[in-house]
Parts: sequence; structure tokens; C-alpha cells
Amino acid sequence: MTELTPIRDKILNHRRIDSNEALLLLERADLLDLAFLAHEVRKWLHPEPMVTFVVDRNINYTNGCTCGCKFCAYYRPPEHPDAYIISKEALCHKIRETLDLGGTQILLQGGLNPLLGLDYYQDILSFIKSNFDIHIHGFSPPEIAFIAQNCGFTIEETLRSLIKAGLDTIPGGGAEILVDDIRRQISPNKCTADTWLNVMKQAHQMGIKTTATMMFGHIETHEHIIMHLMKIRDLQDLTQGFTAFIPWTFQPGNTKIPVLAATSVHYLRVLAVSRLVLDNVPNIQASWVTQGEKIAQISLAFGANDLGSTMIEENVVAAAGVDFRLSLADMVRMITGAGCRAVQRDCFYNSLAEHRMPEI
Amino acid sequence: MRTSNMKDRFSEIQDKVLSQQRLEFDDGLFLFESNNIARIGQLADIVRKRLNGNSAYYVYNQHINYTNVCISHCQFCAYAKNKDDAGAYTWTVSNIRERILSRIEEPITELHIVGGLNPDLPLQYYTELLEAAQEVRPGATLKAFTAVELDFIAKNAALSVEDVIGRLKKSGLAMLPGGGAEVMSSRIHESLFPRKINGKRWLEIMETAHGSGLMTNATLLYGHIETHAERLSHLIALRDLQDRTSGFCAFIPLAFHSANTGLSHLPATTAFDDLKTIAISRLMLDNFPHIKAYWVMIGEKLAQLALSFGADDLDGTIIEERISHEAGATSPKGLTRDQLKYLITSAGYDPVERDAFYRPVAQGILK
Repeated sequence: MTELTPIRDKILNHRRIDSNEALLLLERADLLDLAFLAHEVRKWLHPEPMVTFVVDRNINYTNGCTCGCKFCAYYRPPEHPDAYIISKEALCHKIRETLDLGGTQILLQGGLNPLLGLDYYQDILSFIKSNFDIHIHGFSPPEIAFIAQNCGFTIEETLRSLIKAGLDTIPGGGAEILVDDIRRQISPNKCTADTWLNVMKQAHQMGIKTTATMMFGHIETHEHIIMHLMKIRDLQDLTQGFTAFIPWTFQPGNTKIPVLAATSVHYLRVLAVSRLVLDNVPNIQASWVTQGEKIAQISLAFGANDLGSTMIEENVVAAAGVDFRLSLADMVRMITGAGCRAVQRDCFYNSLAEHRMPEI
Repeated sequence: MRTSNMKDRFSEIQDKVLSQQRLEFDDGLFLFESNNIARIGQLADIVRKRLNGNSAYYVYNQHINYTNVCISHCQFCAYAKNKDDAGAYTWTVSNIRERILSRIEEPITELHIVGGLNPDLPLQYYTELLEAAQEVRPGATLKAFTAVELDFIAKNAALSVEDVIGRLKKSGLAMLPGGGAEVMSSRIHESLFPRKINGKRWLEIMETAHGSGLMTNATLLYGHIETHAERLSHLIALRDLQDRTSGFCAFIPLAFHSANTGLSHLPATTAFDDLKTIAISRLMLDNFPHIKAYWVMIGEKLAQLALSFGADDLDGTIIEERISHEAGATSPKGLTRDQLKYLITSAGYDPVERDAFYRPVAQGILK
């Protein structure tokens, strides 16, 4: 009997844990006991031994950004000679290629670029939708909040215009740590925690599904991580709009925050605690982009049931010097090697096709 | 039905582990077939904690791969060259002296010296190499020459392995690395490394070395064409010898990397397989003091995690590892002492810098 026993009992009896209990687990629980508990919760939510993923491509429509986040190695000031705004030709080429590779969606994100008005975003969305049958997962809350502010619209008006033009779902990026003390230090020009949550709340209330992320392993404490999880859980109780939660670690290469990269053990502890706290978020996604294929596979024993995307193209994390690549075959091998079925899904987590390992 | 049997099997094995009964072949096979890695890890951790407590070891060492010329032509090797190939090299004793001198300011306590089977090198080359190393770096343990090299040196010199070991010991040899064991199975020997000594001979040489007072390590090269059963037979053969000699210090499962080898069509090992292999090795080899998660082979992220799956050692602060990087290992080529300590402490273990014999050291000096 330890201080953790009542918390374990709660979890095993499907009862919700509070923030103090979550903190105790994060700091004190045995690593493999955390894995066991997180896996139990995953099994109730996903009884089938199945791991899902999507085939998509990240398209960064601009790297011009006024945000100046200290953790970012990708952005350029909008007037910088290396700043770009994607051409329609390049966009078409990338989408065509995505569809040819069996992709079903694009993740469309970019910098906070004051050179672009709301009409640019409406145009790019309707252009894609009129030319291609593809799901658009686009514009994280900081982008939406920036467009609204830059163009003098409310968040609600901005969301309505984007959705009308073809936006299907919203990615949960830019959440970083949803505590303003931390945001002021690492991303002072990015929207506040409340704004981030408010964009998501309004989107959910318009029937738009979103994901949520957390970037940790920089200057935050364990308490901040738990506060972040609680804010996501509270909003989810209200809206049921989050499809998945994706924690990932800050990559210090080429950035302005001089810390050591979070280790795999810390990542797995946070991942497991996320699964335990977010009892109302259906899917927990492992981040192979930041962790690499090996730790991503191990994540499947620590509460994760989804491996995100094969990502035909990824630029932002690669700019910080971390460049893991993953083919469909590697994805399938990783999942089946963990004893699970590999299922390609769409952005709403509907199964599309099961993939099997080819014989060698 | 199957689930309840599985549960019983895990409890059965756990009872054995807790009461320090030896696991059998079938126990190991059951664990290899299971994907419940958290449970397997917890079992291995019982043995790990019993033998090594909360310590996690690392060593400040230098690798010296004195030649890549090799007549063995193993299917799984990306390092070996023929004598006349571009890129073939053999370091002279004075080259080696310079290499050791180039890092003489560092607190290195172990020289790990292995190379190819180069028929042009006489016994005198090996004795002079050791003598030079000992002269330049008198405080370091000379851990040199696998059983495969010793067999080759002996044959070339028309001496017994025992005699060769005797001469090399006089020149400063203090320990043998565990390489060249591959998978001790005649099927795999014939198919992947027919020109190298087989498992039986490898064990004989290790037994001879142990008999002459040398401690050695042992390895398993896994993740190519071997079956789980073949891995387990390998582990049990090592365990049997260890029962007789107590001469093995650490066991090192080596994940196969296929790039640039004769088996390049094979994919890399998965992390599930890596951790299971480490954990099951810890469970089966109850008489081995140490299990090493060699970070160069599986990456530092997984090696850190392996500390909770039975491993108690991350190996070295290596700056110039060559052999696995030729085969496409993507881990960084060197980790510093601070990086290793950070990996260990953030996994919740106590870092212990060690020498080749796992004695604690500080700044290169025995504590």
C-alpha cells in the first residue's frame, strides 16, 4: 500500500483522477506501472488491438511569421528574402502527389503572416475544394486568432468564413503549454491560453472537430503539464469536440531555448498520464516525428492508440534538426510488430483500410 | 480461454522469478511470443533490481578497430573489406599509439580493441599492439580480441588458443569482449557465417579464457534470420557455460543493422523486439551479473528505456564507433559523460561510472 494505491484503484474502477493525483502519478509512479494503467484505459476505450494512422501531407502555405517563438526554427520574418507564400502550382502539385500516394487529407498550416488577408485563406480553401476531393485539416487556433485580429473580424466570423470556404477540421497546434506565464516566455506574440481554448470551443460549437496538442520539455514544470491536461479535459466535457490529444516534446536544435531535449522516459510518462487524465478524449496519438520510430512503437504500450500520419512532407520539426522519415511499410511493420492491426483512418478516426505486412 | 491461460502463464513465471527459480526454454518462448512488454519488463526489473539495485553503469572507453581487412565474409557485416579493396586499412602499432595519445587527456579506463581476420598480421603484431597500448595508457583495461580473432591468431601462429591467450596476457590483455558469438546455431552458422568459428568453438574458447583467469563478455546478434527458439538456445548455452566458469561479466544483445550487408533486404529490428530481447535475456541469464543496452545499436532513446527492462549498463562514451555506423546505425557517433548521466538520472536510476570490470571509478581512477 503506497500513496499511489488509491489512485490506481480509482483508475482501475473507471473513476476520474484529479490534478493532484495526476501530478503524483507523473512524478512518483513506476514507469511500467504507468504503462500498465494507461494500457488498461486504452483497452476500455479501444477494445480491439488496432492502431490507426492517416496518410497525409503537411503543407506549410507560408513561413512568413511575426510570432517569433523561441522554440521555432522554421519561420522567417514576412519581409525576409527566404520568406515564401506557396504558389497555386506548387499547392496543386503537392495535393496531386498526396492523392497519388493514397493520401486522404492535407494538414494546411503556416506562419502568422500580416501580408495575407482573410480573402487569401478563403481563396486557398475554395481553390483546393473545387479542384480536389481531399479533406482539409487546417489553421491552428493561433492562425485563426491572428487572421481575425489582422483583418478586423471576430473569431466566430473568421471561423464561419473559413468553414464555408471548405475548412473541414482544425489541428490542435499552437497550444504549447496552456499557461500564460509559460507562453509569455516562449511565444510572447502567440495567442493566450484562453484565446486558444476559445477558438476551439467556438469551432466545436459549430460542429467542427479538432485535435489538441501539448509541447513540453522546455521551461514548464510538471504542474504546468497537469494544468494543460485539465484545461483540455474541462473543455472536452463541455463540447466533446476533440478527437485526439497529441503530446510532443520540444526539439531544442536551432532554437533559442537552451535546454536539453526531453528524454524518451519523460515523454512516455507524460503520454501515459495524458491517457489517464483525458478519459473523455477518445484517441491519444504518439509522435514519431519527435520521438522516432522506436519510441513511437513503445508508445503503443503506454496508452497511445494512434500513430498520427505517415507525413509525406514535414518541415517544421525537420528545421530543428530532427528528421525521422516513415514509409507506409515502416508504419505497418511498427504496428504489426507490436501485435496490433494496422488500420488507415480518415480525419474523423473512421477506419478506411487495414494494411498487412508484405511477405519478405 | 486463451487470455486466462496467458494470465496463468505470466503468474507462473512471476512466481518463479520471485522465488529465484530458473526459467526454462518454454518460459522464454512464451515471453518472446507475448507483446505485453510492460509485464515482461516488470519481470526483468525484479532480477535487475536484485542484482544491480538502482545503479546504471557507463564506461569511459575508447574503441580501436585495428583493421577492417577480414577473410570471414559474414553475410551480416558491412565493415569488412578485402585486402585490395578501396577503403581497406590496417593500422600499424605506431598508428594505434597515436590514436591513444590523441585522447590521452581524457579519463579513459577501457580500451575496446577488435578487428577483422587479417592473415597478414602475425602474433607479434597483437602482442606489440597490446604492449604499446599498455605503455601509452597504463591505467586502462585492455579488453581485446573476440574468440573469433583468438582462434584465427592461434591457427595462423600454429599455437593452441591457450598458448596464445598466455602470450597476450603477458603483453597486457586483461579481458575479452563478447563479440563473434552471433547466434549459436548450426543452421545460422552455415547460412550466414560459414567461414567463421561455430558456436561450439566460440564456447570452447570462452571456457579456455575463463580457465586462464580472463573475464569475458558475451553477445547475441539478433534481428536477422534467427527464430525465437534459436535465440533461447543461445542464451541457455551461455547460461550453462556460466554455471561452470562464472567467467562472463556482461551480456550484450546486439540489434542487427542490415544496410550495406548481404542481408540488406531485412528491415531494422522493432523497439518491441529490442526491449523483449533485453528483458528476456535478463530473465534467462540469471547467472550473468550485467545486461548491457548498447546505445549505439538501438539509439540512446531506447537504451534509456531499456534500463527499466532489465538492462543495467549503457556501455561507453564512445567517440569513434565504426562498425555499426557502416551498417546504417543512426545514433550519434559519440555521447558525452554528461549526456549519459542525464539519460540515466532522468530515467530514475543512479549513474555509476565503471571500469571494464564494473568497478566504480571517478575521473578515471578506481574509487
